[in-house]
Amino acid sequence: MKPLWQWNLTDIVQALHRGEVSSEEVTRAFLERIQALEPRIHAFLHLEPEAALHQAREADRRRAKTQDPDTLPPLLGVPMAVKDVLTVRGMPCTCGSRILEGFVPPYNATTVQRLLDAGVIILGKTNTDEFAMGSSTENSAYGPTRNPWDLSRVPGGSSGGSAAAVAARMVPAALGTDTGGSVRQPAAFCGVTGFKPTYGRVSRYGLVAYGSSLDTVGTLTQTVADAALLFPYLAGFDPRDATTMDVPVPEVVLSQEPDLRGLRVGVPREYFVEGVHPQVEAAVHAAIRHLESLGAEVQEISLPHTPYAVPVYYIIAPSEASANLARYDGIRYGPRIQGETMWDIFFKTRGRLFGPEVKRRIMLGTYALSAGYYDAYYAKAQKVRTLFRRDFERAFREVDLIAAPVAPSTAFPLGSKTQDPLAMYLEDIFTLPANLAGIPGLAFPVGFDQDGLPIGMQLMAPPFQESRLFAVGHAYQSTTDWHTRVPPLHP
Amino acid sequence: MEYEAVIGLEVHAELLTRSKMFCSCPVVDLTEAEPNTAVCEVCAGMPGTLPVVNRRAVEYALRVALALECHIARESVFARKNYFYPDLPKGYQISQYELPLATGGRLPIRTSHGERSVRIRRVHLEEDTGKLTHVEGPEGPYSLVDLNRAGVPLLEIVSEPDMHTVEEVRAYGRGLRQLLRYLGVNTGDMQKGLLRFEANVSVRPKGSQELGTRVEIKNLNSFKALEEAVAFEIRRQIRVLEAGGRIEQETLGWDEARRVTVSQRGKEEAHDYRYFPEPDLPPLVVDDDWLEQVRAEMPELPWEKFRRFQEVYGLPEYETALLTADRPVADYFEVAVQAARKHGVREPLRVAHWMTGELFRLLNQRGLSIEEAPVPPEELAALLGFLQRGDINKNTAQRVLAEMFETGQRAQSIIEARGLRQVSDESRIHQWVEEVLQAHPDEVAKYVKGKEGVANWLFGQVMRKARGQANPQVVRKILMERLQALRRDQANA
Ligand SMILES: [Zn+2]
Repeated sequence: MKPLWQWNLTDIVQALHRGEVSSEEVTRAFLERIQALEPRIHAFLHLEPEAALHQAREADRRRAKTQDPDTLPPLLGVPMAVKDVLTVRGMPCTCGSRILEGFVPPYNATTVQRLLDAGVIILGKTNTDEFAMGSSTENSAYGPTRNPWDLSRVPGGSSGGSAAAVAARMVPAALGTDTGGSVRQPAAFCGVTGFKPTYGRVSRYGLVAYGSSLDTVGTLTQTVADAALLFPYLAGFDPRDATTMDVPVPEVVLSQEPDLRGLRVGVPREYFVEGVHPQVEAAVHAAIRHLESLGAEVQEISLPHTPYAVPVYYIIAPSEASANLARYDGIRYGPRIQGETMWDIFFKTRGRLFGPEVKRRIMLGTYALSAGYYDAYYAKAQKVRTLFRRDFERAFREVDLIAAPVAPSTAFPLGSKTQDPLAMYLEDIFTLPANLAGIPGLAFPVGFDQDGLPIGMQLMAPPFQESRLFAVGHAYQSTTDWHTRVPPLHP
Repeated sequence: MEYEAVIGLEVHAELLTRSKMFCSCPVVDLTEAEPNTAVCEVCAGMPGTLPVVNRRAVEYALRVALALECHIARESVFARKNYFYPDLPKGYQISQYELPLATGGRLPIRTSHGERSVRIRRVHLEEDTGKLTHVEGPEGPYSLVDLNRAGVPLLEIVSEPDMHTVEEVRAYGRGLRQLLRYLGVNTGDMQKGLLRFEANVSVRPKGSQELGTRVEIKNLNSFKALEEAVAFEIRRQIRVLEAGGRIEQETLGWDEARRVTVSQRGKEEAHDYRYFPEPDLPPLVVDDDWLEQVRAEMPELPWEKFRRFQEVYGLPEYETALLTADRPVADYFEVAVQAARKHGVREPLRVAHWMTGELFRLLNQRGLSIEEAPVPPEELAALLGFLQRGDINKNTAQRVLAEMFETGQRAQSIIEARGLRQVSDESRIHQWVEEVLQAHPDEVAKYVKGKEGVANWLFGQVMRKARGQANPQVVRKILMERLQALRRDQANA
């Protein structure tokens, strides 16, 4: 039998149901794994091992006592981790920033609440680029997370902590957030499955806002089936988030038969251009051919506005961020740097406690919204944004799904792009469009490069068609084994 | 040269909803609630929280917009107005900007020059800020933040620069306040800052179509301040122009103590609020069903009531204005008129006079509102019935009303318990008259000889004998008949 820490979420849930394993055993196995690897990977910003074990024992007692196991919370006793931009009542929430050091929110994010209601045990909070702004987790004020496949490389970002934790099998699953690719890109870099829902499908309440019109809460798991398992617990209308949609959440039933006949897969030519690493391109093409071998019809499509994704995103997201981050003034919560006057407190607190990338984006956004520039930047960017939606609408009249690389390259070395923000921004070029259009996306491993680093492919579907992503992703994974590979870490 | 003032008003009204604009915190009275007790993570601007629109606040805003005959936007948009201040927890205020809830309405006003209307530019929803209290501490000044008010729904109503005199400003201000109170959306309390006015004032040569440079006056927390500040500013601007000067565009405050406007904020501090659509809130959609539902809940509007009171009750303008100033007063009047009719009192004007005279005087003395009046309208009507039937006279009625006010007792109980019912029974009165005439033969003799004035003295004696309970008209009639009979007897003798 595989050691417990190698089990995926689906296996764990089933074994717990059947009483083959206890929650305490599972939780302990992952906590031990964390203890052994955390010093090298630094996936976590906060851990509560004692509380987790206590909850695990509680879950086991509950399971032992019940007459009718069907009435138990379906994920009772399953350990998970949560990215540190989502609030968990009673756990510090730093967002990877000094400006929220010591801040303990008295409320749960809706997604967290729903997981807790389903019985999940939260082991801790995972590392992130400061306020989710970054593509490498190097912008965390608390030090970078390292890629479990090569500790000298980044795990991607901004959900790098969650992706690395799942890749290193420190947790079976973790929540992440995806504003411009922050779940899918680290999933690709770490060789795990990253799922980003439709905007409006999953509540943002308790997700510390970065780019409000782009932010989504997603999952990092070993498998597509695991993502599909978690999805119904996270999705659905939330009275606390006016941007969630009252669209029924379908029950996800994954077929045992990997049959993709009748499925039309579009391959956007704008995603296979100069700058994409040849090995990435080759692996993604091979994966697309694999889908074809399962019965899918593949055709080339065009998403003509793809080249504008970076400029449009880097106007809209920072503009929203410039307002979203205005509340961190040292007055009501978080540390305060004293000053002579009120303004002095504002300037010093914000000036010293925000990191350089956050300041850069606040300034970008403030500029783009300023009188005299608004029309040229923010208003124009919003107009172009509608063109992205139209690109996808047109494409989805011809195809059911779009398949493309997640990122132009595999995980890059720590520090290699930190001095060049623009190069870092270009990392997101293939993930940004799904956020700009609000459509769901799923990233999973489809190969490894010559350095042994994972390569990811993403599937994109029309709004609210997440189940299509799961069906195809699962068909792929039930006929390949890339997702089962474990980084060669020796505790 | 003759000058003309051009004035526009901007009104902020806190809406009387139970909960705040974007969260479920209660709306509390700042003067009573402990600071920061009506605050949650949403209105405190905690990380990760999101606003949700209070539908009741939208309905209140729609009432106002409908009453002002505005064009109502089927889709309006909330925006973020960005600025730093410790009373603004999120660092931005959620407000409507480019696409407000309603535009282009009008408010009818009444001045000594008759009736006209002032055009409304826009009506929109936003959230209020917290409240800062600046304290002079032993180690220097500091400020306290109370977030109880943060996120309270605020309605902004902006007029066109349509007013030209202080009288029009007064009529508009009072008219709008009356309307908001009628609609049940605001208390009209200016002292507590629940209703706040800002005035834009400019002057121009009479006859000119161009607008002069305008100033904005803030901090107007009473109608008196509003009127005085506008009057002051008109005089000041004319003086500046007449001396060949120029008006600076600026924001002024009203210094209540010195009764002058003072500069508050210079140009160099002008804000760039960097408005952009609030991504946390989808456009606010008002569909037909919702609008119809709000329309169905609309009460009679002040000017409609005014017209009806004149037409149905035949009241003069002065009484109509007094009785329709407030809905509870008008309601009291209508109940009283109905009830009075049952008591045989058929003239609404009589009810109106008793209300605006005696009742208002008693209420004022005790500082009570009509809703707090210890005398319900049915009882005022009953009292007027006693008066109408001649059971009591006017003086007694006044005394009884005062006592009803004091004790909360019914008119009938007081009149009976005190034996105040006046006697109109002629035989009783005959008897009293005879007794008085017999007791004062000398005075009777004087009258008979032609001293007319004695009749009044004798009248007084009869009233005294009746301890004020005799119907004075009947007393006078019987006394005079008897005296004249005596005179005739003397002449015939
Ligand atoms: Zn609140």
